[in-house]
Amino acid sequence: MAEFKTAPAGASTGEKLMTWVDNRFPATKLYKEHVSEYYAPKNFNFWYFFGSLAMLVLVIQIVTGIFLVMNYKPDANLAFASVEYIMRDVPWGWLIRYMHSTGASAFFVVVYLHMYRGLIYGSYRTPRELVWVFGCLIFLCLMAEAFMGYLLPWGQMSYWGAQVIINLFAAIPFVGPDLAILIRGDYVVGDATLNRFFSLHVIAVPLVLLGLVVAHIIALHEVGSNNPDGVEIKAKKDANGIPLDGIPFHPYYTVHDILGVAGFLIVFSAVIFFAPEFGGYFLEFNNFIPADPLKTPPHIAPVWYFTPFYSMLRATTDQMVIVFSIVIGLAAVLNLVKGPGKGQTKLGLLVGAVVLIGLLNTFEAKFWGVIVMGAAVVILAFLPWLDNCPVKSIRYRPTWHKAIYGIFVINFCILGWLGIEPPSPVYEKISQVGTLIYFGFFLLMPWWSRMGTFKQVPDRVTFTPH
Amino acid sequence: MKKILASLLASLCLVTGAQAAGGTFPLDTFPKERLTDLAALQNGAKIFVNYCLNCHEAAFVRYNRMKDIGLTDEQIKQNLLFATDKVGETMKVALRAKDAKDWFGATPPDLTLVARSRASHAGPGPDYLYTYLRTFYRDDTRPTGWNNLVFPNVGMPHVLWELQGQRVAKFVDEKDPHDPTKTVHKFEGYEQLTPGTMSPQEFDSNIADLVAYMTWMAEPMAQSRVRIGVGVMIFLLGFFFIAWRLNAAFWKDVK
Repeated sequence: MAEFKTAPAGASTGEKLMTWVDNRFPATKLYKEHVSEYYAPKNFNFWYFFGSLAMLVLVIQIVTGIFLVMNYKPDANLAFASVEYIMRDVPWGWLIRYMHSTGASAFFVVVYLHMYRGLIYGSYRTPRELVWVFGCLIFLCLMAEAFMGYLLPWGQMSYWGAQVIINLFAAIPFVGPDLAILIRGDYVVGDATLNRFFSLHVIAVPLVLLGLVVAHIIALHEVGSNNPDGVEIKAKKDANGIPLDGIPFHPYYTVHDILGVAGFLIVFSAVIFFAPEFGGYFLEFNNFIPADPLKTPPHIAPVWYFTPFYSMLRATTDQMVIVFSIVIGLAAVLNLVKGPGKGQTKLGLLVGAVVLIGLLNTFEAKFWGVIVMGAAVVILAFLPWLDNCPVKSIRYRPTWHKAIYGIFVINFCILGWLGIEPPSPVYEKISQVGTLIYFGFFLLMPWWSRMGTFKQVPDRVTFTPH
Repeated sequence: MKKILASLLASLCLVTGAQAAGGTFPLDTFPKERLTDLAALQNGAKIFVNYCLNCHEAAFVRYNRMKDIGLTDEQIKQNLLFATDKVGETMKVALRAKDAKDWFGATPPDLTLVARSRASHAGPGPDYLYTYLRTFYRDDTRPTGWNNLVFPNVGMPHVLWELQGQRVAKFVDEKDPHDPTKTVHKFEGYEQLTPGTMSPQEFDSNIADLVAYMTWMAEPMAQSRVRIGVGVMIFLLGFFFIAWRLNAAFWKDVK
């Protein structure tokens, strides 16, 4: 327990009040640790705006969500009409609704950019593994939140998108069909599904999300922020124990983030006020038609932020399963012949690979598609243990490493685009190659990340005063 | 029935309408300036209430919302209220869904949002409506006696035929330039059978007004949204400037 303090004689009322509070709640301590005396590297660049922006979008989503729920009706017969009621009859309802619908896409934009920042500057490397893992869990929650929220307007795309995704769970061997019924609460997507998705979307997932965000930030403030040079600023401190390259979060980064917020709000508002549908990508045209269980749209595309993963799911055909089998077999044999480690372990891995190949060819490709899609998200969490690069930041990697990151990003975008397009034989082939590139990037990282000539990492961060 | 459904679905196609429907009819451009022309919107409202609102509903639109396009409660009551006597009511119709389905093969869809839902990557919703409403032709093979170029085998008859007159479409079979074994059924213009009460120019202009009204109805706040947006952008640009200078003032200290 902290020592009980008394305010000095002649202290102001404010000081007395804070002494009283601090004796009972660590207000000043928390403020210092997380704001005024949290030392962040001074060389943050453009990419470092997106963490605080993700927080801003989270707040926007929660606040607009609260107001939407005041008028929204989670009932299959009323939901669509209640959204139109919000758009037409609720004062400023249209603005709240467009903020929420644009906010969903904005959330993914800032989160993808935030993750990309972590990727290129090695922000997941020791000692920041848990910061990264919490972040991956936040991303997973965000996907669940977006998926369930998308059902609520009860338009054609809401309905059929949910139908398609929930049916994927039915492909899981043995438990699949029962699991799908458990998720839907019915044999088809219906009122029961809408009600439970509403409950999960407005209560359950946001609670978990908020908890994870707190954990993400506590973990970050424990280890301190990384920076574009990947230099540990805590290694060089002044006489007071303050990192030489660190500056207090407040006022320097609060004022810096306000600039980021201003820039973000310009783009965000431009979409809300001038293109809320964003060409059918943020609000799909089909979703202006009420859900009709008897009319299947010819082409059901998920919203843009899911499409890279959806592409990989569609890429997993019978043919692709054969490719996976060959790759796994080759990897196991190569490991047996040339790999490090004991003979027993290697033999064990070979047996494991044979079993996996057997399973791959036992269950239907659709199931493996679901596994591939899930694995594509989950593999991100393992990044800290896949990267063996001697330097953290892309700045000090060989040029061909930069090219690999470039290919990864382009590939991810192509997969995203293919996920929106209706399937075709050529697109299928491209998405299969894309899937192999995506997984190759991660699974081969333990080897390629340590190859090449690395540049010398400086002792101090590189910074030019403004 | 199946065909109607199939063509309906094809035209609903979200991202690649043109690809899925196998080469849709090219869309004409709706004259956007009508969207801010109150007289055009009011004329469109009149046509909509007189011709469309007998079978189609616009169940999310209240009659008195038309005050936004310059009408008064009195004017709405006098000229536009047929199905109800309260201006606060929404645009519902007496036609029962089951009867409609028996008569037309499909229930006439609610038109509140049609200008938004008909958008595709082939073109914006208003362009679709503007073209669709002007491309009906006589076709005796259809139960209603009418067919449409944009929406082939549509269930809806040409409700505005008295205004446009009766026309037949001329088609020629041409060799497919990409595949010589196939022929393409190509549209080659209309032949007017009986004249309408309006000239073609008048008719197009009235359809433009109708589409303007339907576009307004799909998102009545669209104009104010853009107007407010301009104000918001001006504010945010100012805010950005202040934030930029504030940031620079603080960061002067960081060496």
